[in-house]
Amino acid sequence: MIGGFISVALGSVLGACARYFVSGFVARRIGETFPYGTLLINVTGAFVIGIFGDLATDNASLFAAPDPWLFAVTGFLGAYTTVSSFSLQTLSLARDGEGGRALLYVALSVALSLAAATLGFVLVDALR
Amino acid sequence: MDAAPMTTSQPISNTRATAILYACVAAGGVLGSLARYIAALVIPVVSGFPWPTLFVNITGSFIIGFYATLSGPDGRLFASTPQRQFVMTGFCGGYTTFSSFSLETVRLLRAGSAHTALTYIAVSVVTWLIAVWLGYALASRLNRLKGS
Repeated sequence: MIGGFISVALGSVLGACARYFVSGFVARRIGETFPYGTLLINVTGAFVIGIFGDLATDNASLFAAPDPWLFAVTGFLGAYTTVSSFSLQTLSLARDGEGGRALLYVALSVALSLAAATLGFVLVDALR
Repeated sequence: MDAAPMTTSQPISNTRATAILYACVAAGGVLGSLARYIAALVIPVVSGFPWPTLFVNITGSFIIGFYATLSGPDGRLFASTPQRQFVMTGFCGGYTTFSSFSLETVRLLRAGSAHTALTYIAVSVVTWLIAVWLGYALASRLNRLKGS
């Protein structure tokens, strides 16, 4: 029980800092007219969770054990990816009269994240 | 940016400011992630529907909409940049998760529950956006109230 909390806490420190770094890096490089940083974070996080999620279906895999899963998935990937920033950015675009870009952001986030997670599964299946 | 002349101490203070922001994001991220973990332990998954993730993503969207507006330029709550990073980037970011949403949806699709998966996607996106708007609308009202 306590081990679970520690695993989540350690993973989430790394995940939250990684998100802060990537979003800042993308904002400085590309600008902030469109939330490319959060999009990149959520799509890459979905790709990795697809890989880990498929690996965990094999009982011999590392991710079938509770603590590695809590560290890597609940902790790291959970803190790395974000819905709250996605929601706030969509609202900001809509309030700025950028309804089209808001809809594009929602569609791209959902479609690319689900495609990336599926790709993670497909990749692991292919390598088995 | 202020017009103060560059001094030799500036790079050091910038590094220090960056370190403080990372510490705020990390601390908020841990608290948010542990809150999400506890929500997953407490809230049951009923008939294959990922209620715990939906719950944290809705409440997290509400909190960020409320806090961002209340502590924003026209807001009545003064919050420093480190405080805003702690709550928004740290806590709300750690509390909500797009990756679990993606994994749960793909798992439902692979299990042949396409109907549940599509319902989950639609309900999630609509309720997240309603929640962030509700938080924004409520805080806007509070900002317009008279008094300090």
